[in-house]
Amino acid sequence: MIQECKTSKAISGMGHSMKRKEDGRFIQGKGNYVDDIKLDGMLYMDIYRSPYAYAKIKKINIDKAMKVPGVVAVITGKDLEKYNLHWMPTLMSDTQMVLPTDTVMYQAQEVAAVIATSRYAAADGVEAVEVEYEVMKPVMDPYKSTAPGAPVLRPDKKGKTDNKIWHWEVGDKQKTDKLFATAEVTVKEEIYVPRIHVASIETCGCVADYHKVNNHLTMYMTTQAPHAIRTVIALVAGHVGLTEEKIRVISPDIGGGFGGKVPVYPGYVIAIAVSFLVGKPVKWIEDRSENLQADSFARDYHITAEMAGTKAGKIQGIRFKVLADHGYTDASANPSKFPAGMFSICTGSYDYDTAFVEADAVYTNKPPGGVAYRCSFRVTEAVQGIERITDRFAQTIGMDPAAFRFKNFIKKEQFPWKSPTGWSYDSGDYELALKKAMDVIDYAGLRKEQIEKRKKGEIMGIGICSFTEVVGAGPSKDFDILGIKMFDSAEIRVHPTGKAIARFGTKSQGQGHETTYAQIIAEELGIPAENIQVEEGDTDTAPYGLGTYASRSTPTAGAAAAIAARKLRDKAKKIAAYLLEVSEADLEWEPGVFFVKGAPEKKKTIQEIVFASYTNHPQGMEAGFEATHYYDPPNLTFPFGSYICVVDIDKETCEIKVRRFVAIDDCGNIINPMIVQGQVHGGLTQGIAPAMYEELIYDDDGNILNGTFMDYLVPTAVESPSWETGHTITPSPHHPIGAKGVGESPTVGAPPAIANAIMDALSPYGITNIDIPITPYKVWKAMKEKGAVKGV
Amino acid sequence: MEKEITVTLNGVAKTVTVEPRLLLVHLIRENLNQTGTHIGCDTSHCGACTVLLDGKSVKSCTILAVQANGKKISTVEGLLQADGTLAAIQEAFKENHALHCGFCTPGMMMRAVELLQKNPNPTEEQIRWGISGNLCRCTGYNNIVKAVQYAGAKMRGDKLPSTEPIFV
Repeated sequence: MIQECKTSKAISGMGHSMKRKEDGRFIQGKGNYVDDIKLDGMLYMDIYRSPYAYAKIKKINIDKAMKVPGVVAVITGKDLEKYNLHWMPTLMSDTQMVLPTDTVMYQAQEVAAVIATSRYAAADGVEAVEVEYEVMKPVMDPYKSTAPGAPVLRPDKKGKTDNKIWHWEVGDKQKTDKLFATAEVTVKEEIYVPRIHVASIETCGCVADYHKVNNHLTMYMTTQAPHAIRTVIALVAGHVGLTEEKIRVISPDIGGGFGGKVPVYPGYVIAIAVSFLVGKPVKWIEDRSENLQADSFARDYHITAEMAGTKAGKIQGIRFKVLADHGYTDASANPSKFPAGMFSICTGSYDYDTAFVEADAVYTNKPPGGVAYRCSFRVTEAVQGIERITDRFAQTIGMDPAAFRFKNFIKKEQFPWKSPTGWSYDSGDYELALKKAMDVIDYAGLRKEQIEKRKKGEIMGIGICSFTEVVGAGPSKDFDILGIKMFDSAEIRVHPTGKAIARFGTKSQGQGHETTYAQIIAEELGIPAENIQVEEGDTDTAPYGLGTYASRSTPTAGAAAAIAARKLRDKAKKIAAYLLEVSEADLEWEPGVFFVKGAPEKKKTIQEIVFASYTNHPQGMEAGFEATHYYDPPNLTFPFGSYICVVDIDKETCEIKVRRFVAIDDCGNIINPMIVQGQVHGGLTQGIAPAMYEELIYDDDGNILNGTFMDYLVPTAVESPSWETGHTITPSPHHPIGAKGVGESPTVGAPPAIANAIMDALSPYGITNIDIPITPYKVWKAMKEKGAVKGV
Repeated sequence: MEKEITVTLNGVAKTVTVEPRLLLVHLIRENLNQTGTHIGCDTSHCGACTVLLDGKSVKSCTILAVQANGKKISTVEGLLQADGTLAAIQEAFKENHALHCGFCTPGMMMRAVELLQKNPNPTEEQIRWGISGNLCRCTGYNNIVKAVQYAGAKMRGDKLPSTEPIFV
């Protein structure tokens, strides 16, 4: 057993690998995803998209499209302009076209929407839309975006004379520059974290259902943040009379989110506008190609990473500079005060006091975004930077990368630890996690094997990543999105017979909330998790919350669940004292039962107490058994882990094989080990993806070269190794149940471990860096440059 | 030019009039209202739409409805056993935490059904290659492999492997 359980299996509180409550419907084909929704009179929307990355729209001719049987309307930017709905805010307070009135800014941008009586008719209509363009040369290279003579891409912004979006910095520049001028050893590497895509297997979509008679909109949509989206819709459409009390957002079952279903995409807004205008439900479901080409890109950070330290192997400081390519608009979903997200976690797991980190964001003619893909806002980029440069430093001074990490780790007694960029790490035991990973994989044995292999000319590498994450946004004093503080909520109602329903401001997309939240409440109240129904995603019924992303559900809503349950336990104690005719001080609690100290036969079960709260409650006490809590975390949580990867590279074909991968995670206390392990497995596969396979590639004319699943290489079961996972447990000291959040650690930790393994393998050839995704071709090319392989 | 076709969907004969260009997946989802079969791509790569056509697993986004005329279609909705209990593959996916969001699950299970019919005791490598036409973005595949092994054992009548998570 990985964690001690305080409750019986019948109750299944924390630590039990309870089978998931949500699975029954999914394995019987009874999930309810957005495309499964069918309403009377529903129309279908399909979108005509720009074939060009940067072009003036000279003319849009909808005549032929309107003649297609079944087509009822074709909507252009000019139509939306009449209602001032042609622009919308992004979650970063930037602006984005819903539909263009004069210029297209990226390939696959929405240009016109065709509304028809069937899916096929709408697609036919799209084929018949005719647009004349005046094509312009797009800006695709972010470094050229700010060069003299580059066209100003956002003339819609008054007074804008360049393509800079924002500059952000943190740390002590003067002290850092001084250190780098005097340090014994400095290393520098250009590290590109490529533009990738969340590629959830379900694309985005919605059904907008506006009823004119009631002036009411029900919006079924694939959103990870239904409450925040309701507010955004009210902000965008309030001026046409659609105010927040008239909007209900329902987020049904979601087929994977990973951050890609946080933003508001133009398709959602167009569907609402059309439903509003025609008074009928309108369904819009993206194709995969549209999804890959227009929505939800992540990363695209060009990092210049530098580390300074001593010859003896002590890190003294880092200096990171980032160029962030946001495409046409900053459509990230970072907290307002953190335009580069939590990138400043890039000081990593090591003890030093000097750092300077800066980032500049620029516009280009690529699709907008910068979503936090399975990552707490730019943590993946930060960890790629620090863990790659850490290995480079160790390599430069000729020190083993594990020994180098042990020498520099923040020690467990140093927590809470103040980072040079201002974070207060809550808890950690970095040495333990790395030691465990090394023991499991037999690190010493592998190094010996590597020496032998190298003598024979075989290529093998071992890579380590000892990451620190920062998740659970966040404390309201610093964290908000569009001004809304990043608390989250839980509401528990226990029915007279002792069974409960609990509702949350978050929204599961596969994380298993229906099970884990029930387990948290079971832990606190002793009501069997099986008897606790969890609901999320309906803004009419669930309490307000900021949603599920950035590993925040357990740190925020999970905490809210525990505290709401504790409020109920306090009430239960009062009722038990009344029923047993003793004072509260005489009572003791064990999961599900209050009993009299020294007389355990005198007891009341939680079910008896709940029943009494409806039938026989003390006079003067409020009847019923319900509690709500809005949890404002005092700090973020800092999950960590150490991953070790072993690769073998074929010296002829340069094919890379991940032989073993051991992941030791520490996410604090564990609610459901089975689900945590599942999260880690999945995140690791999403980590090998950008490390070895995935990147959205554009040519100079702005054409995407791999905008379908045919050429965007999502790993299959064959590419995905058999993962070996384990844990250390260092509880968060400030979280009510000591948990930290886990979903994103593997996505963050895996790419540098794999990259470090490959670079370790190639180090005898003098190759120091290959940007991810590291493909056989890139390895072969680098080897060829060093004269290490033959070939043309 | 619409055409009348008859298909047997999960044992029930259905006669429908369809456009010749209608995809089988849309016939199943839109015309016959069985939405357990999903659509995850437009290039036949994700496998979310996998169903059995006369017992053979096919990607129903790549077959026309008219090509299914006169044939038997099995989807996730038809997996339950006659007595209403879960089929081995369904039980295996639940017990082994082989699904997260559930979107790829129906296609993945239908593919696994055929895989196990052809090879009742596949190795891990055979399973990985066998399901490599079906993408899952959530699970990392470890537990899907485990689930297929479990279902195989169940169908063979062998001792069932443990479903407890194994940690290093």
